[in-house]
This record gives sequence, C-alpha cells and structure tokens, in this order.
Amino acid sequence: MTKTAVVTGASRGIGRAIALKLAQDGANVVVNYSGSQAKAEEVVAEIKALGQQAIAVQANVADADEVKALMGAAMDAFGSIDILVNNAGITRDNLLMRMKEDEWDSVMATNLKGVFLCTKAVARQMMKQRAGRIINVASIVGVAGNAGQANYVAAKAGVIGLTKTTAKELAARNILVNAVAPGFIATDMTEELPQDVKDAMLTQIPLAKLGQPEDVANVVAFLASEGANYMTGQTLHIDGGMVM
Amino acid sequence: MTVLERVTKVIVDRLDVEENKVTPEASFREDLGADSLDVVELVMELEDEFEMEISDEDAEKITTVGSAVSYIESKLG
Repeated sequence: MTKTAVVTGASRGIGRAIALKLAQDGANVVVNYSGSQAKAEEVVAEIKALGQQAIAVQANVADADEVKALMGAAMDAFGSIDILVNNAGITRDNLLMRMKEDEWDSVMATNLKGVFLCTKAVARQMMKQRAGRIINVASIVGVAGNAGQANYVAAKAGVIGLTKTTAKELAARNILVNAVAPGFIATDMTEELPQDVKDAMLTQIPLAKLGQPEDVANVVAFLASEGANYMTGQTLHIDGGMVM
Repeated sequence: MTVLERVTKVIVDRLDVEENKVTPEASFREDLGADSLDVVELVMELEDEFEMEISDEDAEKITTVGSAVSYIESKLG
C-alpha cells in the first residue's frame, strides 16, 4: 500500500528535498508550508511529475488548531499518515545578551512546540495503525551549541530530548521516532550568513564542503524505510564530520 | 445497545479481556491489565464509538468502567 508522508516546512530547503525524496521512494506527500504557497505548489507539481500524489496545506505548526486541520486534511486526502517529518523551523539569531524575549519565544514556538503539536496530532492515527515513523529534523548545533543561536540551539536540543521520550512512549505501538542533526547545509537559511562566518564554519568540517539538502533527505528516507526497522530514539549527524 | 454495553464491547475488543470481568467497579489499570498507553487508546476508541471529543482533563478522570459510562452518559445527556 502506498504510504502517506506529512512533511512540515516543505516548500523549500531541506523540507522540500525530503518531500521529493519520499515521493521518489513511493510515498504520497502532504507538503505543509507556512508562508510560501507558490513554492509549496511547485513542490506538489514536482511530486506529481514523479507519479505520486501530493497536496499543499498551509498551517503554522505552532498553532494547535492549525496542526489538527493539517493532519485532518492529510487523512481526508490519503486515509493514513505513515510518516511524519517535523522539519519546519525558523531562526532569529542574536547574541544572548541582545536576544529579545519575542525572538526566544517565536523560535521555541515553531521549532520545539511545533514538533510536540504535530507529533501529538499524528500519534493518535499511528497508534491505531500500530505503525508509524516520526523523523525530527534537529540540528548539529543542538548537540554542540553555537554562539548567537541560544534560542535555536535550545529548541533543537529540546527536539533531540523529545525524540527520545516520544520513542520510548510510542515504541509499544510500533511507532519509531528518530532525529537527524544536519550540519552546515546549503539552503536559504544558511545563505543568509555572512561570508566570514561561512568560511569559519568550513574550517570546522572535515569533509571541507557544505552539505546539500539531498544529503539530509537521503538519511530521512532511510529512517522512514524498512531498513531502519530496529532503530528508535536515535539522532544521526549529517554534518560532514563536524561533530563526532 | 445501552452505553454500558457499547463501552463494554470497546473494552473487551481493545484490552482483550473476558466480558464478565468488565464490571462498573473495574479499574482499567488495576483490574483489566491496561497500561497507561492502553488507557489513552481506550479513550480514543470511546471518542470514536460515541462520536464525541473527550478533553485531556476529562480523560484523566476516566479510570474505571463505571466512570467511563457515567461520563459518556452525562455528555450524551
């Protein structure tokens, strides 16, 4: 039977690559987006060109009602949710001493609470199915820390903890929960960084190059596949060896 | 079917217990062998069976067969 994947924040960057890869592997995909409708529709069109079904659904993952509506739309369209990829994320970088409360709150809301809300919303369906895969996109900075990203780092470290707890709670229902921790990946998010920051980061990467969104998508697809049947609660680093 | 009969059927199916064990006083966890996740699932099934939403706060109070039946009856009014 064709599997259904919900990918949050799938209109661009890593989320887009994940949506396309899961479609290539045979899944129907719900392409969630927050603001970029045109880009989300492009991803839907690309998935349809691959021969799979897809829909674009607008929802802010930090809003419980919108998350419920997102999962409801997925169920209405495809009748199951087999794979959830919690990818939606934002940055509001600032030094701790300058970070405003709303910068902290907004990143926590999208990057951490959003994962909780989406996970809770699909757990019900996956429990009934007695099967499911949840893959959380954390970040290598959630493992190692990063100056200027107290909010983002705290949220991503939280995602890793949430991954482990969800894995323990839902293991009895055959729902496997893992995380990926991407390092420095070429996306709009990292494109915004100043050149000197990028150069400095490159010196920290043993493979001496940026990762591509597809490098992350391939690992997520593995975690969603039969190949990962005996793995849960893990965080896989996809960072060119940056953090070992 | 009465509410009790419908609740009993859901419990028997979900928890795989003998029907005669499903008495109003029976506690899901202590008498019917359910773990905490089973109770969450049971409440989900009751929501589906009776087409109602049971809030997390209310769900925490549903610990016995009788408390499930009286909660549902009060909601069905």
